[in-house]
Parts: sequence; C-alpha cells; structure tokens
Amino acid sequence: MKLLTHNMLTSHVKGVTKGYPLLIKATEVKVSEVEFNPQFVIRMIPKLEWPSLVQAAAGLGYLNDLPSDLVPDYENNEEFLRKVHRVLLEVEVLEGCLQCPESGREFPISRGIPNMLLNEDEV
Amino acid sequence: MEESSGENVKLVKRTKEEKKLLRKQIKASHTLLKHEGINTVSLPTKSLVVANGGLGNGVSREQLQDVLRESGCVESLLMPPCKPYAFVTYGSVEDAQRAHTSLNGRQLHCQGQGVTLYLSFVEKVGCESEVSTQLPPGLKVLEEFVSPEEEARLLDSIDWASPNDVVTAQKALKHRRVKHYGYEFRYDNNNVDKDKPLPGGLPQVCDAVLERCLWENHIEVRPDQLTINQYEPGQGIPPHVDTHSAFEDTILSLSLGAKTVMDFRHPDGRSVAVVLPARSLLVMKGESRYLWTHGITPRKFDMVPACDSATPQMVTSDPGDLTLSKRATRTSFTFRKVRRSPCQCAYPSACDSQRAPTTPGAPALPRDDGDASRLETRYVHQVYEQIASHFSSTRHSPWPRVGDFLRSLPPGAVLADVGCGNGKYLGVNPDLWAVGCDRSCSLVQICADRGFQAFVSDALRVPLRDGVCDACISIAVIHHFSTQERRLAAVNELIRLLKPGGRALIYVWAMEQEYNKQRSKYLKEKDPKSDDRDGPSPEPMTDNTLGHGQGDAGNDDACLAQGQPKLTVHTNRTAFTSQDLLVPWHRKGGASKVSDTSDESKLPESDPVFHRYYHVFCEGELEDLCRKVKNITIQTSYHDQGNWCVIVEKTL
Repeated sequence: MKLLTHNMLTSHVKGVTKGYPLLIKATEVKVSEVEFNPQFVIRMIPKLEWPSLVQAAAGLGYLNDLPSDLVPDYENNEEFLRKVHRVLLEVEVLEGCLQCPESGREFPISRGIPNMLLNEDEV
Repeated sequence: MEESSGENVKLVKRTKEEKKLLRKQIKASHTLLKHEGINTVSLPTKSLVVANGGLGNGVSREQLQDVLRESGCVESLLMPPCKPYAFVTYGSVEDAQRAHTSLNGRQLHCQGQGVTLYLSFVEKVGCESEVSTQLPPGLKVLEEFVSPEEEARLLDSIDWASPNDVVTAQKALKHRRVKHYGYEFRYDNNNVDKDKPLPGGLPQVCDAVLERCLWENHIEVRPDQLTINQYEPGQGIPPHVDTHSAFEDTILSLSLGAKTVMDFRHPDGRSVAVVLPARSLLVMKGESRYLWTHGITPRKFDMVPACDSATPQMVTSDPGDLTLSKRATRTSFTFRKVRRSPCQCAYPSACDSQRAPTTPGAPALPRDDGDASRLETRYVHQVYEQIASHFSSTRHSPWPRVGDFLRSLPPGAVLADVGCGNGKYLGVNPDLWAVGCDRSCSLVQICADRGFQAFVSDALRVPLRDGVCDACISIAVIHHFSTQERRLAAVNELIRLLKPGGRALIYVWAMEQEYNKQRSKYLKEKDPKSDDRDGPSPEPMTDNTLGHGQGDAGNDDACLAQGQPKLTVHTNRTAFTSQDLLVPWHRKGGASKVSDTSDESKLPESDPVFHRYYHVFCEGELEDLCRKVKNITIQTSYHDQGNWCVIVEKTL
C-alpha cells in the first residue's frame, strides 16, 4: 500500500461517522525508487487530503520536513514536488494494519495488501 | 586378449565403407552404454546386442529372427518392450562372430521405414524378465467365445451405411465409429437417459451370445444396452471407468474382426496390458469394472506375446516372448445393464453415485438479504477464491471497449476498479492513478504481485472516501448480486465514489446472448480448447450437472432459503433459460476430454466443477437500475458481446 492509496482509504464500520484517516500501524515498510513525474504529482495534489498525508508520513518516520501546510505555487517548486513524490509513491507499507480512528477496528495489511472486509455484524 | 581381439576387430585394411560402418557401430555401442547402461565388449562372446533391432524400432520378432538365423543357431532372442535394441545369444561364439561380421550394417524394412542394425558383443544379456503381474481382479478373457461363423453374422448385421437412425443413435466420433442400441450413451454427461429407451431394444442377432453369457453365469441379468465401436488401426479410446451410476456391475465386451491390446490401470499406478483376441469375450466385474480404468492406445502395432504362454491374454514384459502385431479393423460389442438405483460399490473414490448428493444440491433463490449474502458467500466469493489462479489464467486480454473507456480518461484521473479480478484493467492507461478492489484475496494478491495498488473489499462497502474518483469501472461484477436491492446498492456505492462530473462504466452479463442477429462470442466459442477467451464472454467450458468438486452437495443448504424455487444449473455455451442461475466452472479444461473422445466417464476426481451464481440482465434492466440512482445521467448504453453496458455520469 502506497501512501497515495492510503490517502483515499476510509473505514465503513457500522455506526462510524468519521472513519478517516486510517491510522497506520506498520511493522514493515519498503521504500523503492519510482520515476519522478512532476506533472503527475501536480495533478494528484488537489485530490489529496493534505493533513492526512503529512500525518501518515510522520507516523512512518518519512516526513522529511514535508510542510504541514501545502505550499503555494507548488507547481513550480521541484524540490517540494520531489518530496511529495517520495511519500506518495515511494514509501510502501508491506505489513501491519490500518486502524479506524473512531471504532478502533484494525484492518490487517499483509504483503502490501490491506484487507478491508467487514464482518457481518459490522455492516 | 589383445591378440584374439586383434583377429576380430583390427582388419588389415578397411574400405571407406567399412570405416564408416565401424564408426557407426562404435557410436551405437556408446549410445547403448550412455542411455541403457549396456556394456559392450570387443572380445567375441556368444551374445550380441542388436542396436536398432528392437520392438521400439518397429522390428518384429519374426523379422529379426529370420535375419539372425542366417548366421547360425539362435539360442535365445530377447526383445525388451519398447526398446530400440534386442539381445541375441547364439549356440557358439563362432556363430556370433559370423553374425557380427555379416549382419553389421544390415538394413531392415519395417512399417514403411528402414532401420540399420549394428551388432556388438556383450558379456551378458542385460535385461531380466520382470515378474509377471496378475490380471485385474474380476477380469476374465474367454477366448473363442463365438465361432468364426457367429463372428461373421454379427459383423454383417451392422449397417454403418445408415447414419443417425433413431434406433441406433449412430455417432461419428473423432476417433472411431459408434452405434448404440437399447439406450443412447451420451458423451456429454457420460450417462444414459434412463427414461428414453431407443425403440427396438437390442438386435436379435445378439440373443444367442447373451443366452450363453447367462447360461454360463457370466452375468445374472440380461443386458439392455449395447454399444458397438469400430476401431481402425491407429484408433483407440482414452482410459476410463464406465460411469457407475449408469450401469450395473458386469460389463461384457465381445471383440470381433481383429485382436487388440487393452490397457488396464489401477489408481495406484499398476498397469496391465491385456490381449483381446478376435472372437474373445471380455468380462469386467467388481474391482476391474469399478476401480481400474481401461482404454486402447491409438497405434497401428501392438506388442503381444509371441507364442502361447500360461496367460496368453496378458502382455508381460518378458523380453523372450514379445513381438509386434499389426492392428486391423476391430469391432467391439459392449453389453451393459442400465442401473436403476444408485451404485453402492465398494469403491467410493471412483463412484459418482457415492459422491453426488442424494438430494439436488442447488440452492434456492434468496428471500431476504441474509439469504442473499449467504448465497453469494458460497456461490460467488468462495468459488472465486478456489478458482482464482485458473480464472486469472483465462483473463489476460482487456475487452476492447473497456480499454477505450479507460484511454478516454485524462492523465492523472483517479480510477477505481471495483471487482478488479486479476487486475487486467489497472494497467491499461498508465497515466491514471488506478486502484482495484476485489472480494477474493487470491485475486487481489495477483494484482499486488503485478505491482498494482489493490485491496480486499466488498463492492457494497468500498473503503474509499466519497467523491475521490474521476472514474469507476464495474466489469462483470453486479450480476453476482442475488437480489435487486443488492444490485442497486452496488450501483449506488459505485456512484458514491465519483466526484461530480465523474463517470462510471458498468458491464453485466446479458440474458440475450444473441442480439441484432449476432450470436455472442460466448455462444460461438463452442470449442472448449479456446478457453482463454479474449473477448467479453465471461464464461468457460461446457458442463452438465451440479455435484462434484465444489462440495456444494447439499450439506449446509439448510441455511439457504427453504421453500423458494431452486436455482437452475446452466449448460455452458447455450442460451440462458432463466435469469438467476448457477454457471459451472471447470478447473483445468477437463470437460474437453469428455466431450467426444471418451466413451463413459473419467475418474470423477480428475476435474472438479465449481458453480457460480449469476443474475443475467434483460435488455433495459441495467438502465432501469441506474435510473433508481440519484444524481446520475445515463450517457450511453450498449450490448457488447453478450453483455449489457452503460456509462453513467454523476451530476452533483
């Protein structure tokens, strides 16, 4: 699970009104190089929940002085775009779990795959 | 040693031809050492190995014997089964030396091709005859059971010239001709229609034979089904066990016209080749009928015992007693008694009666959401988990019009593929940010292994934020939901993911497999070998009954709606007869083997069948469903190779 995917994931446990963002509890993280495509990052940024990204990156120890607020005029700030690129696409959680912020329900992550299935009594 | 061998091998002056021959002979002896562990020696002995003079080369015992006798008195000739060499032992070293000199390089013509013999001395003949096995328990071969006159009368009675007549249900199979009397044996389900006897019953010409079988106690009841097979040289029948539920215990088979060799195999690997001479009666009973497979290898020559032995009907691997027998046209009359009650044999592993449910295992239509959820768990989710890798191997090419939709999306668009399967659409347009989800962990794992972002989730509760997607696709997913409410919920969930202006593409399987006079690829692909379909035709293979494999045999059906109409099992590659049905999935192309090459059944455990629930959509039904969803407009809808498809846009 890359952090760009995490930024879109939420919990739908029964009764939960705010299942976002999911707290990452990682036991294994992999960082691998991905070709930098500034246009792609620029297009993704408006779709992000920025504070969640920062929180996720910080939680994993990969914040790398990413600012807590989105910088203005980021389209022309390559250094910034590279930092965003790194946390969005290069950091991957392989093992651990995602925790629903409201219910505390944990969704396991195994071999990079979050299992978001709910039990019968949770829907 | 040096001196004596000098006399023999080191000829004073060799011609070019002789040198070439010697080279080849040395090469042949090296080959024998390397591949067969046979040590040749230069010192003359009484025994020689004859390279290329084996049964495996198509050389018959008689032919080789004639040649070898030119050089002297042959004491023994060993021809190991299927090997490219033979061993000859002469009465004296001199005879052997003479053979070595005169027969090296000798050409033989057999079965339309020439072989060249190379002889080398050996100290001992290198094969031991194996202990002869026994006939399968319950098997008998009664030689000369009918007289030549009776044989001729039976053969004359068959009229192959009038095909497809109603009395005999004649069929031209790929590998042999066949006629049925009494009941038609159906190769699609390896059984007989017990309620549909053929008019006329068994031909009268068989009466005398059957009376004798009864009189001699080979059978207790008179057979009521006859299958006549005719095999030309080179034809055969794959190994099979006659379906237990179709026929009673004893099966009789009369061989007429020519002999053949039938191979019997036990599930533990033992095999016995049995010679069925012309005019003999094969009686299969008990273990040999229920547990051992029998078949005839398609070939033009059989290895058979050369002379009378204690068990003339059995081909042992005794190399001192094997030769080749050229096949000729053989006609078999197989008499069977149709079974009227389930088989209760002592071999449940091979018994379809004892595997199949005694009550029909098909679940009923769901009454409520709980029923529906349980039905889908068992007949959708669990099945995909079980068939995941085979399913994935048949799903490699994106359907063209889905690809068109994906390529129409702008760079940087966020795409969710809900029910992504093996992820074949996730990489179609690399400029998108694509995520996939599926109920099946195994399928999602395949996506992850391909480097795609995917997670395990239900299509009714996709764990993505509202409005995060520019586009969604749902390809061959919503037809797996078993109530209208759940199908609607699935569309609603898809739309929830879209941002305003976002678009969703939905494909579902269509009730109408023929549209605008075009038959869908699904109907056209009758050939089960083309299993890896490239078009939008979601289903594989052919099939018949619900029962084995999946374990969907009525055990916990109690939890599935009682009193509701049962779901029907679809026959693959045919038009649908109802909207809610179970569609069989054959793992690993087994059904193709049954279809026309094999009489009777294979062992039932070989190819499990799984059943998936489908609700196939009628024309307009998908659009009606979408109209129930708020804030969307239908941009376009179409029929694509047996699927109904819509593209909808979220308005706000």
